[in-house]
Amino acid sequence: MSRKQMPKRILVKGNEALAYGAVDAGLQCYFAYPITPQNEVPEMLSALLPEHGGAFVQAESEVGAVNMLLGAGACGVLAMTSSSSCGISLMQEGISYMAGSHIPGVIVNMSRGGPGLGDIGPSQGDYFQAVKGGGHGDHRNLVLAPSTAQECYDFMFMAFALAFAYRNPVMILGDAIVGQIKEPIRRTAPEGASTPEHLRSLVQDLRIEGYGARGENAPPRLLKSVYLAEGALAQRNRLLQQKYAAMRKDARYAGEELDDAELVVVAFGSIGRITSSAIRGLRKEGRKIGLFRPITLYPFPGEALRIHARGRRILVIEQNIGQMVEDVRLAVGGCDVAWHGIMPGLFIGANELVEPILQALKG
Amino acid sequence: MPEYQDVVIAGFGGQGVMLIGNLLAQAGMEQGLHVTFLPVYGAEMRGGTANCTVVLDVLPIGSPLVREPLSSIVLNEPSLTKFQPRLRKGGVQIVNASLIAQDLVETSIRTVYIPANDMAHKIGNAKLVNMVALGAWLGATGTLPLQAVQDALHSVVSSHYAKLIPVNAAALAAGYDFAITRE
Repeated sequence: MSRKQMPKRILVKGNEALAYGAVDAGLQCYFAYPITPQNEVPEMLSALLPEHGGAFVQAESEVGAVNMLLGAGACGVLAMTSSSSCGISLMQEGISYMAGSHIPGVIVNMSRGGPGLGDIGPSQGDYFQAVKGGGHGDHRNLVLAPSTAQECYDFMFMAFALAFAYRNPVMILGDAIVGQIKEPIRRTAPEGASTPEHLRSLVQDLRIEGYGARGENAPPRLLKSVYLAEGALAQRNRLLQQKYAAMRKDARYAGEELDDAELVVVAFGSIGRITSSAIRGLRKEGRKIGLFRPITLYPFPGEALRIHARGRRILVIEQNIGQMVEDVRLAVGGCDVAWHGIMPGLFIGANELVEPILQALKG
Repeated sequence: MPEYQDVVIAGFGGQGVMLIGNLLAQAGMEQGLHVTFLPVYGAEMRGGTANCTVVLDVLPIGSPLVREPLSSIVLNEPSLTKFQPRLRKGGVQIVNASLIAQDLVETSIRTVYIPANDMAHKIGNAKLVNMVALGAWLGATGTLPLQAVQDALHSVVSSHYAKLIPVNAAALAAGYDFAITRE
């Protein structure tokens, strides 16, 4: 169905769009503990999810929430949790256990300024934590970075599809701007979205069917991340690494005006859209600048970037002290990569990006 | 209407800046425009200033944040101090004359200096300050038809307060008339 035939637009916050997206994607269980700036997610789901036959649980803590998520995922249920920065840090043990046990689940991080308790302003300071695993051991989360309320809605479908396809935790990484911005969305499943029934069918073997349902001598279904026998953990890690390598084909990005760009600006999430405004203004003055906005932060769309970067100058803009720039430099190899950082907690507009972009264009 | 417009709306917490920001965004959406509404609040919520930014555009919107706005609605003095110097050249500001001394207003800036509290009081409810000011902004900028914003009241006012819609619509109209007759 094309978006033209869809229901009329509704004006909602990014956080509210996430809640709608989750429910429409087939969310069955939600566990979370409140924290700003993502409180509209639990607020909305506390009413919406039970209406749709799902279970809403306000957990006693973030540690409780993530372990409930692990449990629900282990039963092949579409489940999610949401929090912000410090709360996500508390969840890392559980996320590592989920990754180690091949258990699907969706974790939303509407991040805050950090480190520590930080503030409730915009920040992209959790990039490393999100894309490098975050918990202990060699594990990775698939990470999606929405920049609009519509993407918050749409990416929930993608998050569940990826979580169930790979039996892996998927993180949606936003910030105070993405979560708090109110803009129109259309509440209809994106094209090609999987049904929840299909997703559950992918993990049928996770379900516990009761003693004897598969025959008395069926082997136990053990979901675990502990492998003590000689060589067992090595084998587990090999499997995980194969899985992470397979994920590379799901790398996604959005490009704007890349064809004739002399300078390619790489920026994601809220900063991606603010950069887009700055670029549009400069294009009107005849400056050849394009935007490369990673949609998956892990897997990072490095191969696509390498192609777009060939023979062009590169500038990374992010609201942290220099994190994604490392992945960009790894991706483009020899190219000269410029970087402009915005301190976490600041609210900036497109005008403040014009100077650094022009500077990078000159080289 | 202009193809692009942005406005920062600022005042004390409780003066209804978020409500009129929402209302304006809703009306813009119902008119088929791209809109964003971004509230900025924090520890200053109680007693201090709260503000929000609304962007309306015929094209998809990149930045929902505007450091130097094309227009502003300032309902109290701290908001004038904060946003008047940032207003873009050629911009317009709606200034609440009931709470802000005239000598603070920069004379080189196009300003609608409107006694919003006094007008709200006359209309019958002191809480209508925000609607009076938004009406004046509509009159001064011509961004959306008055009727479009009055209609959008039905979408943003909860059914519990639906009986207050006519008086809110009247306050919008009073502000609108003030702006178009005084300028």
